[in-house]
Amino acid sequence: MNPETKKVEFSEKAQKEIRELLTHYPDKRSALLPVLNLAQAEFGYISEEVMIMVARLLDLTPPKVFEVLTFYTLLNDRPVGKYLIQLCRTLSCALVGSENVLGHLKQRLGIEVGETTRDGLFTLRTVECLASCGTAPVMQINGAFYEKLTREKVDRILDDLKRGDPPVLKPMGEN
Amino acid sequence: MKYEKVLHKNLETPGYTGSLADYERQGGYQAIRKALKEYAPTQLIDLVKRSGLRGRGGAGFPAGTKWDFLPKDPALTRYLCCNADESEPGTFKDRELIERDPHQLIEGMILAAYAIGAKVAYIYIRGEFVYGAQVLERALAEANRAGYLGKKILKSGTDIEIYLHRGAGAYICGEETALLESIEGKRGLPRNKPPFPAIHGLYGKPTVINNVETLSNLPHIVNRGVEWFTSIGSPPKSPGMRIFSVSGHVNRPGNYEVPMGITLRELIHEQAGGVLGNKKIKAIIPGGASAAFLTESSLDVKMDFESIAQVGSMLGSGGVTVMDEDTCMVSAALNLMEFFAHETCGKCSPCREGSSWLVQMMRRIEHGHGRMEDLDQLVRICNNIGGKTVCAFGDAEIAPILSTLKHWRSEYEYHIKEKKCLVGNRGGQLLTIGKH
Repeated sequence: MNPETKKVEFSEKAQKEIRELLTHYPDKRSALLPVLNLAQAEFGYISEEVMIMVARLLDLTPPKVFEVLTFYTLLNDRPVGKYLIQLCRTLSCALVGSENVLGHLKQRLGIEVGETTRDGLFTLRTVECLASCGTAPVMQINGAFYEKLTREKVDRILDDLKRGDPPVLKPMGEN
Repeated sequence: MKYEKVLHKNLETPGYTGSLADYERQGGYQAIRKALKEYAPTQLIDLVKRSGLRGRGGAGFPAGTKWDFLPKDPALTRYLCCNADESEPGTFKDRELIERDPHQLIEGMILAAYAIGAKVAYIYIRGEFVYGAQVLERALAEANRAGYLGKKILKSGTDIEIYLHRGAGAYICGEETALLESIEGKRGLPRNKPPFPAIHGLYGKPTVINNVETLSNLPHIVNRGVEWFTSIGSPPKSPGMRIFSVSGHVNRPGNYEVPMGITLRELIHEQAGGVLGNKKIKAIIPGGASAAFLTESSLDVKMDFESIAQVGSMLGSGGVTVMDEDTCMVSAALNLMEFFAHETCGKCSPCREGSSWLVQMMRRIEHGHGRMEDLDQLVRICNNIGGKTVCAFGDAEIAPILSTLKHWRSEYEYHIKEKKCLVGNRGGQLLTIGKH
């Protein structure tokens, strides 16, 4: 381990959640994905320090955590913007114009896919099917779905976020 | 035609919130009372076997038979897993069942757990369903408080705990053994079979994995009986209702619960309101991205497992994607090939290497740099993937290319010869599809 590595710790609330999580499984390793999800919520992304801490917590070697971290696309091993935009690129969304939405997002944000805006507010990604094909084209921002996207709607969404209104989780067809 | 709703009955009732109180008001949790009182676990397995209920996740395997594969030794720990990893492109029915009627699923899981003797069950929900996970956590807490879950449920001798386990973004985790690996805290790499999960599943113990919609059927089968269930849909082999997710170029995309066996024509033209702009249909995917494309000539095929298989595709996950006459079939196949190349888990070489070769060749053709010999080469690569991998992903990923080549080879040839698209201007970007 790098001697420069900072020490990181879970909050009290997360530690309590982890203790509860561990009672769900006969094997500690099973808590790895849930704990990584928690860690990401807490630290924004899974840094090397977080990875090592999680490994220690679950009696795993760091590579066992690393191999999982790199397999699952929702886990970030580097920082992302405050708002992570994940636009669906798969067939049903593509059929009804996700490409136009992507072009508009790129233009509005001034970034390419995979990049983060200079102010650290937005990261833009394209992702595979989000199971919202009936309300295509769709994107998710920090877990919240935004459906039936048009240029105007995208403008509204970005403006709201810039103003500080956080994404709201809603059921299918209501956002 | 209008049909009586079953799985969608509650969620289409105005004002229904999916809370425990609402579910109970609609007659919810009566099926577990009935089952605990009237059926021994083996009788419940027998009931579901006789109902002919088949898996609604993709493979269509008879649910009761799957349960019956478990070893009979009561001393063995067993597990139930609910597959809520809905990720098949074109499919969004489970998400709605989870978000709108979580207790229907939980009651189904309690019935399944009771039947197979599982004291612990997991719901593996895809990581993107953040809202759905919150709904389920809330519903599980309600069910625990009400005594439907936990120790000695409803004062019987049966203990059942259900835990929610969130994934983190990986299509392959919907493959049942990859799902088990993922719950065990590993990469989602499908296991070699045999042994099957019924013998050697989660933590090496006998395990049943059932899809959300499959499990949500169970309370209704228990409440209304086998005769009722086998009288609807397309008996004897495809009884019951089915929720089809319809998307693409239709006027009213959405989830439609209809009897199994209605025609594609009725589903698309009546239920989903017909094609956008009154255009002609060029292609239909009847069962998610893993199912072969069909042409308009299949519109009168019945949407049941056998009929769709007979025309060379599969009912799969029930995700129906409709493409109008202006859609470029090369770019549609490329779009799905990009999906599969991104989602291959990398375990088996034919799939890992083949998927990226296929994508590269398809991109080349789409971008106007294809060669005529590429077309035979595509088929050769596909044939070296199909049937040569540990899981069904290999067979799935070749369906879009093989089926579009079969029905629309001329579009491929046009792309190669004319270096442009038959149906319009060529685009060539990753996302370009349809009207380019």
